[in-house]
Amino acid sequence: MSSENTQHEKYYVPDSSIWPLIGAIALGLIAFGAAHYIIEWSNEEAGFGHWVLLAGIVVLMVMLIGWFRDQINESHQGLYSEQMGRSYRQGMSWFIFSEVMFFLAFFGALFYTRMIAVPWLGGASNNAMTGEVLWPAFEAIWPLTTTPDGRETQAMGWGLPFINTLILVTSSVTLHFAHHGLEHGKRGALKLWLALTIVLGLIFLSMQMYEYVHAYRDLGLTMQSGIYGNTFFLLTGFHGMHVTLGALMLIVMFFRVLKGHFNKENQFAFEASVWYWHFVDVVWILLFVFVYII
Amino acid sequence: MSTVVDTHHEHDDHHDHKPTGIKRWLFTTNHKDIGSLYLLFSFLMFFAGGTMALVIRAELFQPGMQIVDPHFFNQMTTMHGLIMVFGAVMPAFTGLANWMIPMMIGAPDMALPRMNNWSFWILPFAFIIMLSSMLMPGGGPAFGWTFYAPLSTTYSTDSTALFVFAIHIMGISSIMGAINVIVTIMNMRAPGMTYMRMPLFVWTWFITAFLLIAVMPVLAGVVTMVLTDKYFATSFFDAAGGGDPVLFQHLFWFFGHPEVYIMILPSFGIVSAIIPAFARKPLFGYASMVYATAAIAGLSFLVWAHHMFTTGMPVFASLFFMYMTMLIAVPTGVKIFNWVSTMWRGSMTFEPPMLFALAFVILFTIGGFSGIMLAITPVDFQYHDTYFVVAHFHYVLVSGAVFSIMAAAYYWLPKWSGFMPDEGLAKLHFWCSVISVNILFFPMHFVGLAGMPRRIPDYALQFADINAIVSVGAFLFGFSQLIFLAVVVKCMAKKGQAAVAKPWEGAEGLEWDVPSPAPYHTFDTPPKIEAPIR
Repeated sequence: MSSENTQHEKYYVPDSSIWPLIGAIALGLIAFGAAHYIIEWSNEEAGFGHWVLLAGIVVLMVMLIGWFRDQINESHQGLYSEQMGRSYRQGMSWFIFSEVMFFLAFFGALFYTRMIAVPWLGGASNNAMTGEVLWPAFEAIWPLTTTPDGRETQAMGWGLPFINTLILVTSSVTLHFAHHGLEHGKRGALKLWLALTIVLGLIFLSMQMYEYVHAYRDLGLTMQSGIYGNTFFLLTGFHGMHVTLGALMLIVMFFRVLKGHFNKENQFAFEASVWYWHFVDVVWILLFVFVYII
Repeated sequence: MSTVVDTHHEHDDHHDHKPTGIKRWLFTTNHKDIGSLYLLFSFLMFFAGGTMALVIRAELFQPGMQIVDPHFFNQMTTMHGLIMVFGAVMPAFTGLANWMIPMMIGAPDMALPRMNNWSFWILPFAFIIMLSSMLMPGGGPAFGWTFYAPLSTTYSTDSTALFVFAIHIMGISSIMGAINVIVTIMNMRAPGMTYMRMPLFVWTWFITAFLLIAVMPVLAGVVTMVLTDKYFATSFFDAAGGGDPVLFQHLFWFFGHPEVYIMILPSFGIVSAIIPAFARKPLFGYASMVYATAAIAGLSFLVWAHHMFTTGMPVFASLFFMYMTMLIAVPTGVKIFNWVSTMWRGSMTFEPPMLFALAFVILFTIGGFSGIMLAITPVDFQYHDTYFVVAHFHYVLVSGAVFSIMAAAYYWLPKWSGFMPDEGLAKLHFWCSVISVNILFFPMHFVGLAGMPRRIPDYALQFADINAIVSVGAFLFGFSQLIFLAVVVKCMAKKGQAAVAKPWEGAEGLEWDVPSPAPYHTFDTPPKIEAPIR
């Protein structure tokens, strides 16, 4: 089995590249700038944080464009091999696994607070006196619409999110059709289904934004309104960021398809974007079940 | 086939062209260069973190307040831990992985060479940000490297934001490094290098990389919650809003316990390479070593709450985590047994790598035993947060992980530099280190059992004598490392006895087939592996 895993042809090792260092500088600027921006914002003082953050984002964009341009050129020069394609695919799979674990931390926080922390604050298990002494009026319910110290909010319904679920699931299906089109050389179908997927993704994102406005304006559901709002906003917020990233990837893929890139044999970037999109879809389904419905 | 200009595959060494000057190091994609960068960075951080440890020990030399104020003392304990864990031990192992794994499995380089360089260069930026936080008004992080809420949320200074983002980017670096290792091992093995023929160092790193990818994102999640709790008024770790500070500990230790195995599994691989080489016998029980490593990694996800016995968990949970923790002693015992059995009736010699590997086996086992004591829930109620815990984890991390890194350095320095480490100096380094490390950490067990709490700058008078001894040991150990520095500098300056391709008689593995120093590019065309090499 392992002799099939390896092959004799030469593995392409690029000589040297400026982009990794630029990428490290970008992440350094982003981290330093974001931290100072948050400190300055919370102290309501003027500062340089946002400029450093902005510079970091610009440098990151330059790095991404330059690095991917190099990769695309190398790919078109035929420097890559099947073995290298496997490296990229395995690398992407492990990256998605790391993303799964990132979401697991927030789902873990949700399950722990729902199943353990909130009931215990209400006196469950052997904590009768905790409730009695600290917050006698507190009632352990979920969604937690009244926090132990009395902050109130309304719970988010699941009507709009249900439509959003349908949209995102549909987009996964349309993306599958696009991929099918690529595999069978049907470029027209590929462009059409890919464009439709991007549109569906953008509709999803705008509905999410509408939902956030609704939560803040009508429901009083904010970042400050206790653990229900916290888990709601961090889970849906990080998911939204991932959908945004996935949509950006698909948009880039769309323009590359227009330029005639990708075919049945050479399509790693497209495939990786597809995997990523399916991944954010699966995360959403879990979110819909555990954050909105149950 | 590729259109690479180079057509003479059979002469691998002919195109040994290295870029020169600073650009070689900044823009490199070479696994050996990046390995060297990691190792040098880790060495620098080892001295930075060590200096902080000496500030701590100087303050604790006598009871009462001597040198630093308590807030600065807390910053020192915090930064010492963070730097040693994320800046010294983890990058050292990544450096070893970079240097050795491609050579051990017959690969031309790491699978993703550019990303490899990105992973490294993030680290200096992360640590500049982390260290710069100490210049903020109110000082740097002072909540311990475990940054328990609410110390890191309600009661921390503004530097917390810098700490959080530094952790974020070093986590990105670790994840990318781990993805590179795991993909290299899965996809770049030479023909015939089956999984069960891989050297154990490769196996242990394979499993370590999996642990890294699984838990570093959880760390990213928990620091994010600390950030939002502190700056955006969320209540993850605040009971007033329905959260729970204990949730922090669950999330942190879900990362933290696999993390401690991340810092020890590669050591197991190193020792499993060195002991057979100097006992001149194949490793006893190769397959059981692989399975034991996997078992330790699997169990590491089920034991996190043994750090939290005193938080008031339900009895069932305490029992579960106690038994699971004790279960880890079984695969670890298999490993110790195998190392000892490898040495049994071997033709042993005691060169510097072997000395450090032997010290590892003995001293790590002591750390393991104190770990079993800590695993017993009712007993842990007494030991929790005392110097007994400090003694335990320094035995496994300093005389465990760090000793194995030194063993690895002495073992592979001939291959890296082309020169033998000065044997006299290396042995002096060994004996100074092994004696002083025990003066430093062994007495901590006693003050810990007697109830001296960790992370405080002052203590009751009855602990004075032992603390003075411990501080003397600390300074001896710290300054002994300058001998190590001298040995490494001597090799790097190409002084001393030149090394042959295989300087250790009993050593096995593909890395000894290439000349010393290893050419810039090795195994451009993969070698064919016919028989097991161990």
